[in-house]
Amino acid sequence: MDTFIQLTLTGLTNGMILALAALGFVLIYKASDVINFAQGEFLMIGAYMLYAAIVQIGLPWTVGLAVTLLGAVVLGVLVERLVLRPLIGEPIISVIMATIGLSSLLQALVRMVWGSQPKAFPAFIPSTPVNILGATVGADRLWAIAVAVVMMLLFAFFFQRSREGIAMRAVADDQQAAMSMGISVKKVFAWAWSIAAMTAAIAGALVANIIGVGPHLSHFGLRVFPVVILGGLDSIPGAIIGGIIIGLLESYAGGYIGGGVNQVVSFIVLVVILMVRPYGLFGQEIIERV
Amino acid sequence: MISGTFHTSYRSDMALRRTWLERLRLGLFIAFVLAFPFLVGKKPYPIFLMNQIGIATIGAIGLNILVGYTGQISLGQGAFMAVGAYTAGILTARFGVPWWLTIPIAALVTAAIGAVFGIPSLRLKGLYLAIATLAAQEIIIWVVTHWEAVTGGVDALVVPPPMLGSLRMNTDFRFYWIIWALAGVTALLTANLFRTRYGRAFIAIRDQDIAAEVMGVNVFAYKLLAFAVSSFFVGVTGALIAHYRGIVTWERFTIDVSVLYLAMIIIGGLGSISGSLFGAAFMTLLPALLTNLGRSLRGVFPAMDEFIPYLQQASFGLVIILFLILEPEGLKKIWDDIKNYFALWPFSY
Repeated sequence: MDTFIQLTLTGLTNGMILALAALGFVLIYKASDVINFAQGEFLMIGAYMLYAAIVQIGLPWTVGLAVTLLGAVVLGVLVERLVLRPLIGEPIISVIMATIGLSSLLQALVRMVWGSQPKAFPAFIPSTPVNILGATVGADRLWAIAVAVVMMLLFAFFFQRSREGIAMRAVADDQQAAMSMGISVKKVFAWAWSIAAMTAAIAGALVANIIGVGPHLSHFGLRVFPVVILGGLDSIPGAIIGGIIIGLLESYAGGYIGGGVNQVVSFIVLVVILMVRPYGLFGQEIIERV
Repeated sequence: MISGTFHTSYRSDMALRRTWLERLRLGLFIAFVLAFPFLVGKKPYPIFLMNQIGIATIGAIGLNILVGYTGQISLGQGAFMAVGAYTAGILTARFGVPWWLTIPIAALVTAAIGAVFGIPSLRLKGLYLAIATLAAQEIIIWVVTHWEAVTGGVDALVVPPPMLGSLRMNTDFRFYWIIWALAGVTALLTANLFRTRYGRAFIAIRDQDIAAEVMGVNVFAYKLLAFAVSSFFVGVTGALIAHYRGIVTWERFTIDVSVLYLAMIIIGGLGSISGSLFGAAFMTLLPALLTNLGRSLRGVFPAMDEFIPYLQQASFGLVIILFLILEPEGLKKIWDDIKNYFALWPFSY
């Protein structure tokens, strides 16, 4: 029973972080139909920016976090403006390859600046073990859950109540109709990319706090795919629930089956979901018969 | 002054090379390939680079059949190549199958695996298919690294050198002929494939799958066939890598390789054989060029050595983005533009 609770807690925290990384991904897809293969690099850059602000410059972590978020916004807007906007209307493969090329470029730039060795991260969230129902879990992981929950509530509020959020939903629904209602689609795309980069940066900060800063953080970019496909590419609740399910699944597979199955189980789920229900659990169903 | 190419018989209209100029260019290229090792005085490094280009060309043509001609995006190229390399390597190393026989066997095995992972294309298109093949990539590589009884797991698989009589074939100079002979056969087969019913069906699926279905093309069967044919050539690439390098490790077949080959055909030109060659040459020579540039700058910037890999990675990403934005049809388009310019010279506009 103890193992079960332990695995559940670990899975839950990992899942929450995956969900956070997936949120930005879904947001970009929702607003602009672009699959962002560089989401993992966004996460990594967020972590490195925070590292630079706190360790290399020596800012207090609150200021450092603010600077990081600002940097993430700049990154998102730049990427949208320089790379994605010229490709509007191009075939899917071009857009996919552009974000893959972007991921390679960002990865290289980060390595040029910070080297390829992982670095210890000053724990700005304490990792003291906490005892829950006989299982121990680091406090930083609990904080990760809390931050993720807060982020998701903010997202829900943003999309339901704020002007920009509603505009974004309108653009996601129908770009032309939104345009004729006076919504600036370009501005919405810029919003989507900067918010995505911001959530990625927050996820990066949380992960870095647990496992340190390094180029390996970009692996989250690939791990996000099973999450978003399971939840539905265009569904924000789907990203959260998909993240939790995948997190738990990987954790149980690692704990009960072992042999490295946890590394591949999510991709097997991904293939099964794609074969049975390509739009995922909560995605919008598109029926097409050929 | 020629205003265009007009054919007066079906025979000349259907020919692979339709004008004397095209035939001349092909002849010159073949002569160049044949003379290349002697032009560089049998120096190993240029021949090694040329071998890399040849191997990459076969793989790029294979991928182009699937992506460029049939319109199915695949991110599983690296893993399919691993299937070819491991099949060839294991057959030679464990069962003593002659190396030349393992190349077709590896190609057929890869074709079968490719067709299996093509099954999701029944329901999936575009984006979703790309993600499904991404999963195929991860799953196949996971199997390769964990099925230790067969593949040796994460350890390198050592392949005995290919022998022809008492000649060891995998020196740069001797393997050159094998690689480029196979590259030539691949190009010829592919060029002819798209003059047949099957190739036309592939193109029809790419252009409009619903229209293709209406015209009686069995879309699913042809998609699977495209996966199989494409994987066949990718398997040849894998087998060649295994025999040429003499060592097979899973690290050579990661997702980065899939991306590299996609970059080759996008930069070279989708749906074009010469484009595959251009792309393969470009993506092979670019990192080599940067390495040499870095080495020659070592005297000026001593820190250059550790910078080279980052520079290669950055230029890789940058080149992809720049091509997509500035010349989405790739090097093939630039080459065509040059040809067209001179076709009407001196009155080109």
